[in-house]
Amino acid sequence: MTEVIVVTSGKGGVGKTTSSAAIGTGLALKGYRTVVVDFDVGLRNLDLIMGCERRVVYDLVNVVKKEANLNQALIKDKRLEELYILPASQTRDKDALDIEGVARVIEELKAANFDYIICDSPAGIEKGALMALYFADRAIVVTNPEVSSVRDSDRILGILASKSKRAEDKLEPIREHLLVTRYSASRVENGDMLALSDIEELLAIPLLGVIPESLAVLRASNSGIPVTFDQESDAGQAYLDAVDRFLGNKVPLRFVNTKKRSFIQRLFNTKEGASA
Amino acid sequence: MSWIDLFRKTKSNTAVTAKERLQIVISHERTRNSQPDLISAMQTEILTIVAKYLGIPADKIQEQVRVDVERRGEHSVLELNITLPDALSVKN
Ligand SMILES: Nc1ncnc2c1ncn2[C@@H]1O[C@H](COP(=O)(O)OP(=O)(O)OP(=O)(O)O)[C@@H](O)[C@H]1O
Ligand SMILES: [Mg+2]
Repeated sequence: MTEVIVVTSGKGGVGKTTSSAAIGTGLALKGYRTVVVDFDVGLRNLDLIMGCERRVVYDLVNVVKKEANLNQALIKDKRLEELYILPASQTRDKDALDIEGVARVIEELKAANFDYIICDSPAGIEKGALMALYFADRAIVVTNPEVSSVRDSDRILGILASKSKRAEDKLEPIREHLLVTRYSASRVENGDMLALSDIEELLAIPLLGVIPESLAVLRASNSGIPVTFDQESDAGQAYLDAVDRFLGNKVPLRFVNTKKRSFIQRLFNTKEGASA
Repeated sequence: MSWIDLFRKTKSNTAVTAKERLQIVISHERTRNSQPDLISAMQTEILTIVAKYLGIPADKIQEQVRVDVERRGEHSVLELNITLPDALSVKN
């Protein structure tokens, strides 16, 4: 049984593409046949984050418009046997997608025996974002600990519950998962950043994971290697934990607290990350 | 940071402000988004009734009657603005 997962947020730049690449990679590392589909038509970026930008020939729009077949457009990851990418078009705009065409692509991917189809949504709540979430069985709502991101996530939750195929067909609702990214425990401790518990209380959906603000993410995107491969890094480990939870395993949260400082350390204010 | 600060827990905590503001705006937007049909249905019916009693033709109704929903503090206010036709004003 194939599951369709949308990675969405409303707000731009919160880490959807980073998370799509990292979670797709994590699922493939666990042996699941996974394809990550870039729905950000006109602003293709997933290819860069996954390091296959020089191998793009055909894209999602070509397949939707029947200018190429699925196999021509799918890019097989060089590192993982079970991982594929379906890139977005760089030259067209989001109106190039239509619901029938996208439905056909999803059906073909299901027929190609993928376990997971991950849809990397563009920002916003317009057509492109609606296309990315329409066929979803599960949604990963990416949220930064910041007011506009939390509000937009709530808006997206409303849209998932009203404008998706599951909502229109009156089927069981989309399963929602909260993924908090760019979290800084030290800023939370200083009272400058919304705490995880605040975000959970406000959005009231189950928590999939917390990804710390991390240099490893920047380095990963610089080199085109999803951060999940960097299993030494905090962000890489946090994404792998999230994948484990996604698969139904119970995994304790990490990277949500600052290291406890002793009284002496506090007295001399030798606080790590004090400038962060 | 002076050593006094070590014992003073209450610094400026903007995260608390952020949470309180979000609680209000999110709960408001949730109710609004969950009943857009209810409000617009009510607006339409109010317009029909006003048109009937004032004898305003259906195609003129939008010009003479306005129904707005506005939020003031904790409450939503339904505002009705009616420009009475001249004939009617004179009779009164
Ligand atoms: N955990 C993190 N730590 C540090 N930087 C991060 C983290 N997650 C994402 N970023 C950075 O934030 C920026 C935006 O990330 P990304 O492109 O994944 O967001 P997006 O939601 O896909 O954006 P868009 O809405 O434009 O598609 C990138 O520069 C990325 O490197
Ligand atoms: Mg993106």
